[in-house]
Amino acid sequence: MNYDKVKEKLEILADAAKYDVSCSSSGGNRKNTAKGLGDSSATGICHSYTEDGRCVSLLKILLTNFCIYDCAYCVTRKSNDIQRAAFTVEEVVDLTINFYRRNYIEGLFLSSGIFKNADYTMERLVRVAKKLRLEHNFNGYIHLKSIPGASDDLMREAGLYADRLSMNLEIPTESGLKLLAPDKNHQDMIKPMGFVKNQLIQYQEEKKKFKNTPKFAPAGQSTQVIVGATQENDFQIIQVADHFYKNFDLKRVYYSGYVPVSNDIRLPAIGAQVPLVRENRLYQADWLMRFYGFKANEILDKNNPFLDLEVDPKMSWALRNITQFPVIIQNASLEMILRVPGIGVKSAHKIIQARRFQNLNLEHLKKIGIAVNRARYFISVSNENSHLKFLNALNLKEIILSDTKSKFENPFSNQLSLLNDNSFLR
Amino acid sequence: MTILSYDSTLEGFLTTVFEIFEFKYQEPQIIKKDDLQHNMFATPIEIVTDITKSDRVIKKLTDQLQNDGVRTLIYAFLSEKVGVEDLLYKVIHYAVANKSKNIMKDFSNDAVLQVSQLTKSVGREKHRMEAFIRFELLKDGIYFAKIDPDFDVLTLIVPHFKNRYQDQKWLIYDLRRKYGVYYDLNDVEIVEIDLDKKLLKSDSEIYSDSEINYQKLWWEYFDHTNIKERKNTKLHVQHVPKRYWKYLTEKKIF
Repeated sequence: MNYDKVKEKLEILADAAKYDVSCSSSGGNRKNTAKGLGDSSATGICHSYTEDGRCVSLLKILLTNFCIYDCAYCVTRKSNDIQRAAFTVEEVVDLTINFYRRNYIEGLFLSSGIFKNADYTMERLVRVAKKLRLEHNFNGYIHLKSIPGASDDLMREAGLYADRLSMNLEIPTESGLKLLAPDKNHQDMIKPMGFVKNQLIQYQEEKKKFKNTPKFAPAGQSTQVIVGATQENDFQIIQVADHFYKNFDLKRVYYSGYVPVSNDIRLPAIGAQVPLVRENRLYQADWLMRFYGFKANEILDKNNPFLDLEVDPKMSWALRNITQFPVIIQNASLEMILRVPGIGVKSAHKIIQARRFQNLNLEHLKKIGIAVNRARYFISVSNENSHLKFLNALNLKEIILSDTKSKFENPFSNQLSLLNDNSFLR
Repeated sequence: MTILSYDSTLEGFLTTVFEIFEFKYQEPQIIKKDDLQHNMFATPIEIVTDITKSDRVIKKLTDQLQNDGVRTLIYAFLSEKVGVEDLLYKVIHYAVANKSKNIMKDFSNDAVLQVSQLTKSVGREKHRMEAFIRFELLKDGIYFAKIDPDFDVLTLIVPHFKNRYQDQKWLIYDLRRKYGVYYDLNDVEIVEIDLDKKLLKSDSEIYSDSEINYQKLWWEYFDHTNIKERKNTKLHVQHVPKRYWKYLTEKKIF
C-alpha cells in the first residue's frame, strides 16, 4: 500500500465525513465465531474523543467526495471548489482491518458523495461491506449510508452485511429542502427507509420461525437533521423526529448544529456560531421521548414552538405543569419519578429499589446520585425539604436558575474572547 | 478487636471471611500481609488461603446475592482501596444477617452504597481499558499494549479481548503491577515477567515494518475528524482524562 497517497486521501475524505454526527457502535450483535476478527460490543465503545468532545468509535470516511448534487449546506457540493479524492474498495478494507486490529475503532462508517447515480454508488458501498464480512471474516461494526434513490435489491444486500443503515434527511421540511437542495426530494429518501423498515420486520418474523435466518441490519436505522440551516422551529423538528420514530421504527435521530461551510446567502454566513445549546436541548427532548415516557406534544406545541435555552426541556415541562408536583418520593409511580427534574433513568430505578428498605431523605437521594439542587424544588421526602416552599412562587424559574449553573453558559469563551473585548473591536 | 492478615488475593480474602464466621472472631479487621508493619502493636492472626473455604463463601453469596451481587463484591475488591476488605466484610455480614433479602439493592445502607460506588469506578476503569488500549504490532507478529490502570482490571478485560481478537497474538502488560496476559491463538495465560527494556521504551526497532505508517494514518485521521468550529477542550478532557493520554496513539508526538 502506498501510505503517502492513502494519507492524502484520508485527510480529504475524513474531513468531508465529519459533519455526519452519528458515531454509535451499539446494538450490533455479531459474535466472533470460527476464529475470525472482531466481536460487536452490545453497548458500543468510544475509543477516543475528538477535541470538540465527540465520540470516535468508527472509522468515519467517505468513499469519495465527488458528487453530482449541489446541496447548499454540504461541504462536498458540486459547485464547491475543493480537492476531490476517491478510495478504492481495497484501501478502505485495509484501513478498517488494520485500525481494528490495533483497537483504534469498533468498525467502519462508510458514506459517499454520489457519483454517476444512486445505484452505482450504493453498489460500491455494499462491495466494501461484503468484502470485509466474507473475505476477512470481520465481525466488527459496519454502518453504511443508504443512498437516496437506491434500488431495493441493493438495500437488501446492504442490510445483510451492515449493522446499521442510515439515511440523512438533513433538512426536516420539504420546503427547506427545495430551497437548499433543489435536485433532491424527501420521497427518494423515504422510499429506501421504508423498504429497510419492512425488511427489518420481515427478518424478525422469520427469525422466530427459523433459527438460522441471517442478520439484517441488527442495529437498525437512523437519520440526521441539520439544525439552524433553515428556518424550521424546534416544534417542527421534534414532530419530524417523532414521526420517524413511530413510523419508521428508527433507532436514533441525530441533530447536527449547522457548521457554516458556504457563503451562500440562503444560509448562515461562515463564522456564524454553531447553535450548540439548541442542539443540546433537542437531544434532551429526544431523550425525554425515548426514555422518559414523554410525548412529543408534551414537550412543545404550536404556540410554544421553541425549546427554552435557559433550562432543560424536562425542567421546562415541570415549570409549565406545576400542579403535578410535589412528587412524593416514597410512593410515587416510576413514571412520575422520571418526570422530576434532576432525576435520571438509572437514579429513578435506584429510588424504587432503595425505598423498599427505608424512608428516603434528601441525603439518601444525593448519595444515590440525583441532582438534588434541581430535584429538591419538586419532591416531598421523609425529612423536611425547605425548598418545597418555593413550588408555588411565581419566580420559581429564576430561583432555580440562580441556584444552578449551566455548563453551556459560555461555550465559546475560549474562541471569541478577542472579539468580546471591546477595545479590540474599536 | 481481632486483626486478621491475608495474602492479598481474592481467595485469601474470602478464606478470611469464612474463618471469621467459623471461629466467631469479634470486631474483625482484615489487612494485607504486606501492610503488617503499620500495625506493630497488635498480633494479627495469619490466614492461610484455602480454596475450598473461599469457594464455599462464593457459593453461599451467589445463592443469596445472585451472580450480579457477587460480581459487585469482586469488582470492589479489585479496586485495591485501603480498607476495602473491612467494607466488604460489613456488606457480607449485613447480607448474612438478612437472609431473606437481596441487600445489594439497599442503597440507603452506607457500606452497600460505598461498595456499589467502588464497583462503578472499577467497571468504568475496565471499560476505559477496553476503549483506550492501543496495540502496536511487533516484529515477531505480536500485538502489544502497555497499560497502567488505576485498579487491577487486567483479568477483567481478558474475555473482551479474547472474543475480539482470535486470529492475532496479543500481549497486554500492566506496568504498575508487573504482569501481563498473553494470547497465543488458543488460550490466554497470565505471564509474570519483567519487561524487556526495548519494549518498555518503545524503541522503534521493535516494530513491524508497517506499524509506524498505520499509527501515522490514525493520527492524521483523528486530526481531520475533528470539527474545529466546535472546539470544546473541557468536554474533551472530561471524556479522555489526561492520565490516559500516554496510551493513545492519537496523542503521540511523531
